[in-house]
Amino acid sequence: MTSSSQPVEESDAQESPITGNGDVVKARQAVRALAQQARLSLVDQTKLVTAASELARNTLSYGGGGTMRVSIVTRAGTTGVKAVFSDQGPGIPDVDLALTDGWSSGRGMGLGLSGARRLADEFTLESAPGRGTTVSVVKWAR
Amino acid sequence: MSERVPILKIGDVLLVSIQFDLEDQMVMDLQEDLSQRIVDTGAHGVVIDISALEIVDSFVGRMLASTAAISRVLGAETVVVGMRPAVAMTLVELGLSLGGVRTALNLEQGIGELRRSRRNGPVPR
Ligand SMILES: Nc1ncnc2c1ncn2[C@@H]1O[C@H](COP(=O)(O)OP(=O)(O)O)[C@@H](O)[C@H]1O
Ligand SMILES: [Mg+2]
Repeated sequence: MTSSSQPVEESDAQESPITGNGDVVKARQAVRALAQQARLSLVDQTKLVTAASELARNTLSYGGGGTMRVSIVTRAGTTGVKAVFSDQGPGIPDVDLALTDGWSSGRGMGLGLSGARRLADEFTLESAPGRGTTVSVVKWAR
Repeated sequence: MSERVPILKIGDVLLVSIQFDLEDQMVMDLQEDLSQRIVDTGAHGVVIDISALEIVDSFVGRMLASTAAISRVLGAETVVVGMRPAVAMTLVELGLSLGGVRTALNLEQGIGELRRSRRNGPVPR
């Protein structure tokens, strides 16, 4: 059985709103605190917080605001941090396009989604036009 | 009025030291303030110290790149100093190389860079 098929247990979950610029800063801080608690290396903390910053900004500026849920996860004795960003905004019509490096529908650098995917160990994106977007990232301690 | 990042003038160099995690609006205000200060003071160099920053995401990265470009047009060279190793590794993986931004390990080296390029004329790009 591979470790990815083993059950994931979750603890210390916190949910916070992302409805203003200050909430992006708070989201970064909340992810940093759990990443330290989970004993991620400094580089992995930095990668996860950076990914979270990108996703929180997307939730705010494209999703029209939403929430972040961050938690400690364990699987097969390994600890990690999971951050889930959800909004009920317009959704992403073409997910492959949105995940292309350098593509932005606005004036961004188009590196938020594609960069977050590279920086995280696990990345999922669910989006339905008109019903919103949920993006989750996980970083495991090594 | 939102809080603003202070810009210090030392000789003909402007020094910005980012001391805490900035909201996006503060990042944009800083860019505007800095451009104005370059014009007002005729500064020939800008040093942006990011040693206190725990992360640089694509928003701040873009600000650093565009600040360097704007300053150059206004006659000032920009050097970004003090980037933490973990931040540098993350930035590259994020996909931002900051190719057009001059960097130095610390403040002293950054000022040295500016002095050298002032003596030798601006670096061609
Ligand atoms: N939560 C979201 N809701 C709707 N669209 C989104 C969301 N997140 C990302 N997008 C779309 O995906 C594109 C790429 O996002 P990203 O890679 O972060 O680049 P940028 O933020 O620079 O535009 C955005 O320009 C936007 O069109
Ligand atoms: Mg983005």
